[in-house]
Amino acid sequence: MTKPGEYYQRDRMWHPPAYDKDYKTSVSRSPKYSLISLQNSVGEITGPRFGHNDIDPLDNDLIKNYAQPGESPIGERIVVHGRVLDENGRPVPNTLVEVWQANAGGRYRHKKDTYLAPIDPNFGGCGRTLTDENGYYFFRTVKPGAYPWRNWVNDWRPAHIHVSVFGHSFTQRLITQLYFEGDPLIASCPIVNTIRDKAAIGQLVAALDRNASIPLDSIAYKFDIVLRGRRSTMFENRLEGN
Amino acid sequence: MTQALDYLKESPSQTAGPYVHIGLAPGAAGFDIYRQELGWDIAGPNAKGERIRIEGVVIDGTGSPVKDVLLEAWQANADGIYAHPEGGGDVEDGFRGWGRVITDFATGEWAFDTVKPGSTAGRNVGTQAPHINLWIVARGINIGLNTRLYFDDEAEANAADPVLNIIEWERRRATLIAKRSERDGQVVYRFDIRLQGEDETVFFDI
Repeated sequence: MTKPGEYYQRDRMWHPPAYDKDYKTSVSRSPKYSLISLQNSVGEITGPRFGHNDIDPLDNDLIKNYAQPGESPIGERIVVHGRVLDENGRPVPNTLVEVWQANAGGRYRHKKDTYLAPIDPNFGGCGRTLTDENGYYFFRTVKPGAYPWRNWVNDWRPAHIHVSVFGHSFTQRLITQLYFEGDPLIASCPIVNTIRDKAAIGQLVAALDRNASIPLDSIAYKFDIVLRGRRSTMFENRLEGN
Repeated sequence: MTQALDYLKESPSQTAGPYVHIGLAPGAAGFDIYRQELGWDIAGPNAKGERIRIEGVVIDGTGSPVKDVLLEAWQANADGIYAHPEGGGDVEDGFRGWGRVITDFATGEWAFDTVKPGSTAGRNVGTQAPHINLWIVARGINIGLNTRLYFDDEAEANAADPVLNIIEWERRRATLIAKRSERDGQVVYRFDIRLQGEDETVFFDI
């Protein structure tokens, strides 16, 4: 019998580097020294766990979770759905997925956002859910708008949803962003382009999913999330290292 | 031709951005939406051990506080057990060992209350000194930064800690040691994190 072992090392060539001069804020917030690589110990292979007592059923419905009774946010109604998998292709069940986004006009409900597009009184802009036993999750929301940001003088973020995922260990903790198929702003975004590999960028672009669309109601986008996979221990580790 | 490996690639990271609080701590963003926010109570009411406060600031390469940073803490209980099936045993009812930490937007100062963790098992042999695992995200941080907080009143355990000891540059180990003091009867550890520049904190690829 095999048993679960260490997590596969993170492919740092696939992830964005800490420093990218074209994403200006990273310049002073990026460590200059190399990361010290650690083999997994108990604090890395464990991580927080969440259950249905932690969240509420409406938390994954951004169309309803902040709206006044009988009202809805402005915008294109969409469903985002997919699976959380690991690098071995296995589903990651019962893990917390959290999302946040701007409203349809590109404005965040955040006291630090001063963009001139208006706050939508019926839209909070955050949601959370647990994957089911097959790693499946879904949200309902409105499609976020693009918005300008201070980097170069005329930079615009493509429409995006921020996604936070835990997995089952602290090694799997990940925050990323979901983009939408066909968005012409993706190619020129300095934050997107912190990722060097085009195939890696493609992994963050949700596909329009007509089959999952709800007729006369909502368009669907499919977005699978992949967390680090874990080795099976075929032989006992040598008792050395740390 | 060779057989294809069918591994998937991990989804690449992207910055949490300036509005991370909307998703992970909406109260700090300025609105109430959830019945309960997650991560504000790390140890719970029943945890054994010494009650402590950790406080600090994250500093960027210009020497300025990072006012929009968010940290997550992950720690064992006072017996060195993590609240997880592979964590080494059972923990007190209500002990989660995980928390979210946000800053004062005006100053960048952050703090959290917890219990001091115990020593934990080494990877295969030996013991790790008491420590708290930290994960740091913010605008301008493209992939979350992992570091560890150790305690300055654990000098003997720290000297034997396998992770501190693989840091080749001994003077850099000091960046991971929080400093203990007492204020109004409360034990407070100070832990400033320097993202870049002089005394840059040691970050790990876990």
